[in-house]
This record gives sequence, structure tokens and C-alpha cells, in this order.
Amino acid sequence: MPDATGLELIAGELRDLVDGAVVNTTFDRGRAEIEVAPEASRPALGFLKQRGFGFLASLHGLDYYPDEPRLGVIWELLDMSGPDRISLKTRVSVEQPSVATCVDLWAGANNPEREVYDMFGVVFEGHPDLRRILMPEDYEGHPQRRDFPVGGEEIIFTYNEEQMPGWTK
Amino acid sequence: MSEAQVSDYRKLEESITLGHIQNEDRLSSELLTLNIGPHHPATHGVLRLIVTLEGEIVRDIKPVIGYVHTGIEKTAEQKAYWKVIPVVERMDYLSYYFNAQAFCGAVETLAGIEVPKRAQYLRVIHLELNRIMSHLVWLGTSALDLGAMSMFWYCFRERDAILDLFEMSSGQRMHTRYFQVGGVFEDIPTGFEQRLRKFIATMPERADQYADLLEKNEIVLQRLRGICPLDEQTLLDLGVTGPLLRAAGNPWDLRKVEPYSSYEDFDFKIPVGTVGDNYDRYRVRHAEIYESVKIIEQALDGLPEGPTITEDRKFALPPRHELATSMEALIHHFKLVTEGFRVPEGECYYPIESPRGELGCFIRSDGSSKPARVHMRDPSFSNLQATAPMCRDSYIADLIATLAMLDPVLGGIDR
Repeated sequence: MPDATGLELIAGELRDLVDGAVVNTTFDRGRAEIEVAPEASRPALGFLKQRGFGFLASLHGLDYYPDEPRLGVIWELLDMSGPDRISLKTRVSVEQPSVATCVDLWAGANNPEREVYDMFGVVFEGHPDLRRILMPEDYEGHPQRRDFPVGGEEIIFTYNEEQMPGWTK
Repeated sequence: MSEAQVSDYRKLEESITLGHIQNEDRLSSELLTLNIGPHHPATHGVLRLIVTLEGEIVRDIKPVIGYVHTGIEKTAEQKAYWKVIPVVERMDYLSYYFNAQAFCGAVETLAGIEVPKRAQYLRVIHLELNRIMSHLVWLGTSALDLGAMSMFWYCFRERDAILDLFEMSSGQRMHTRYFQVGGVFEDIPTGFEQRLRKFIATMPERADQYADLLEKNEIVLQRLRGICPLDEQTLLDLGVTGPLLRAAGNPWDLRKVEPYSSYEDFDFKIPVGTVGDNYDRYRVRHAEIYESVKIIEQALDGLPEGPTITEDRKFALPPRHELATSMEALIHHFKLVTEGFRVPEGECYYPIESPRGELGCFIRSDGSSKPARVHMRDPSFSNLQATAPMCRDSYIADLIATLAMLDPVLGGIDR
């Protein structure tokens, strides 16, 4: 991890690169995180990759319900030469859940972006093949959102599959 | 959803990418789309592959996953922290200790809990036993895919010895719930050490025997050597970690570079390959068995005395005998069992080296006794993306061998 000062230096460079990109920086329990505006996420990722964080360790979404903007996307980046880790976060609203894709930077972002889209409904603009990955293709809703209820779904058998809502042959 | 939308989806699902075929004439030859799985023994779980073939040559693969998606991440949000452990253990069902370690480690980081040294060593012993066990299942089933039936029996014999050890320390053979937040469930029983020493004395010899069986077998060598290599940079772009990346020559191992749970105390080597073909993938995992044995031996020799779980009563249950005499212990016990403990607000990403690569647990705590978000970065989920680049323009028989060497665990992929 970069220390608190190192994080501020990186964030400062990012501020110079894209005006108004950095929303917040946090250094908490050894974890360095930069929060950027949604439209600045793609240039920020490109900048961090240039700066040595060349490996996308993880990409995941989360829901800050009831806080606004609700949906968050986090990229966990890794610099293998350090080793050094940094997290980049952006938050988008449910009404406009749109973030630029980073599949062109890391081919491995393909599956994780599809998962975040599937589970939270965040649309990754420019993703080559954005469709559901874990849930059935005709599923309605995004189950990892905090306001999505648990259970209450009828189990599909052959005798009742015709009556199931959202179930198409 | 209307029927037209679904058929559009089907079109997308079965779409093929032929841009990489250089020869124009070949496009006129017939392409065949073949569906493999989801229920097929060679896919090592419920993995479905839509394979586009030109004759016997694989031109494109589209993996379709989600058949064992059970919503474990969603379930985890409904449970108190200590009740999440058995749920996350069931993600990657061959490396349950690793899932538990990733989760417990993340909670410990958030809550600032110090794990006693003895508990850390006991964790290492069980983690490395689990790594051997996972590699044995991989070796047995992969050899089965290559036609070496007997390997399966030999590997499962040793695997059973490990499961017996797990049963001895925790009462369960699989999904043991041995790791707790702040330490381990209880100390190892009398006789465990003796049995474990007996096991680690025989394991290297057994691993030698596997090598003798496989590495002098012309069929196995022909199916592994020089088959489906992938270079280091492509693997890194695809987010591939673990033995697959090490087979391509990158010695990236989180146990060495970012030691957790006292791995810095042990002396072990990281096996690496050279060209990154199937043979290297096999050799790296096979060599890791010896290294894990070395780590277990050192951990047993240097096993420190002391408590096996944190003394902080706000996070760990008080010893049973205290409940009869201490009011405070009773209150702590009651609070922990009913509500669970509260974790300070914050976010944490805790990566460890699982048998398949970087297993990272992301937890967001909102200050309550239930996690607001649990996400597992499962190595198989990322590694699976390397299937298509590995197998493109090779024979379909090599696809089966490569998939075996990829070692995907669908429980971890789908979660």
C-alpha cells in the first residue's frame, strides 16, 4: 500500500491530469482508496496503470443504500513490483448507473464487469458483450442491491413452469 | 420478457469470433458449433462450453456459467459475521480453509483483532493441508481426463488421509468451520501431531510415485508437453494468478510477497515453469505439494504455546467453564450468540494465495453486526477467461486436457 502521503501524491497527480476527478481520498487500516467522479474513472484507471498499477486484482460493486449515490464500483489495483495496492472507487446513482468499461485496458475485466452489471445493474459503456453472467438471462432485477428482497421466489418445477413470472420457454 | 429478446440473447450467446482466422479459404469450410456440458465429467463441475469447431480444430470457446449460482454473497449479508464463515466456506468447495481465512482475515483487519501466534500456525498447517488436498483432487481428476484411471485412486487415498486429519481437529471432513474470527475453534487434539507427522513423512514419497506414473508415460507427455501455452503478459491482462501464472515463469505468490498468518516465518520455494504449457502447469502444482509439506513440517516444529483464539471477549466466545462462575462471561456469551459482534465501519480487501490464485475477500461494514457487503474475488472466476485464448486453434482433445490443467472449481466461479 502507498502510505497516506503517497496516496495524496497520486491523488494530486490525478487532480492535475483531470480537473475535478478526485472526489475523496481515504487511508483506512492500511487500505488506500481514491474516489473519483464516474466520468473520470476511465482516465483515472489509465493513469494508474501507467503509474505502475498494472494488474487488475479485483473489480466489484456494492450498494450504499440508503445513501446517495447508491451504487459503487471498486477496482482493486496491484503493482507487482512493489508490491503495492490501491483501490479506485466511483459512485453512481440508480437512475444513471453508467461507468466506462476498462476491458480495453485489462481483458480480464470482462467477467467481473458482467458480474457487476448482473448483480447491481451498473452499465459499463463500451463493454463488448454486456449481458448477465450468473443469473438466468431472462431474470428481472439486480439481486445484490440492498433493497432486493431475499427469498419469496417460487421454485420452478415442470408442472408450474408455465405460470412462473418472467419464465420464458 | 418477450421471446424476441431471448432469441437475441441466444444469438449473442452462440456468436462466434472468426476475425483471427487468417486463411480466407478456410472460411468456406464448414464450422460446427458443439455444446459441451453443463453436465459433463470433463468440465469439472457444471460448466457449459459452446465450442466452435472447424474439423477437429477449436476456433472459439464461449464459457457459460451460473448453473450453481446460489447467491452466497447475498446470503452473507443477512447473517451475523461469525455465521457467515460456514456460508463462504461453501464457495470454492475444494479450498474451504482458504475461503474462511480470507473472510476471517478481512473481518480481523476491519475490527483490528490480533490473532495469537499459535492460532496463526495452526491456520497455516490446515491451509497447507488443504492446498495438498486440493491439488490431489486436481491431479486425480485431471489424470482421469487423460485416461490414467489409477491416478484417481492413489490421489484420493492420500486425500482421505487429509480429510481424516481435518475430522480429527474439527469434527468435520469438509467445510469444517475450524477458523474463527480471531483464531481457530479449538486446539489440536492429542494424537493429531503424531498422525500428521506420519502423513507428511509419507506424502513426498507418494508424490514421487505419482511423478513416476505420469512423467514416464508417453501418452501423458504427448498430451501435456507444448500444448496450449499462454505467455505471461496475456495471463496478467486476463487477471490470471496462482499456479497458471507461475507456470508461465512469473513467481508471484502472495505467501511470499504479502505474507499473512505468519508465512514469513517459513522457508519454502515457489516452483515456476518456463514456457507456460500444460506440462508446466502440471509440474508447478505437483512441486507445490512438496513445498506445502515443508511448510507443515516447519509449522509443527515451531508451533508456539499459547491461546488458540483472541482473548478479546467482545469477539471470541468465553471458555465453557467460565460460564458457570462468571456473570460477565455469561453476558458476553449471550451477546455473541444472539446478536454477534459489531465491526467498526469501513471497507477492506484481504487477498490470500489459494490453490488456484489470488482469493480476495472484500467486506464493507456499516457498523452493525452483519456485513453490508461480502465479495469474494475467486481466482477460478478470472482464470476461466483464459480458456479461450489458451485453446484457440488447438485440437478439441487438447481442450479437455487444458481445461483439466486450468483447474476451475465451479462452486467458486458461480458462488
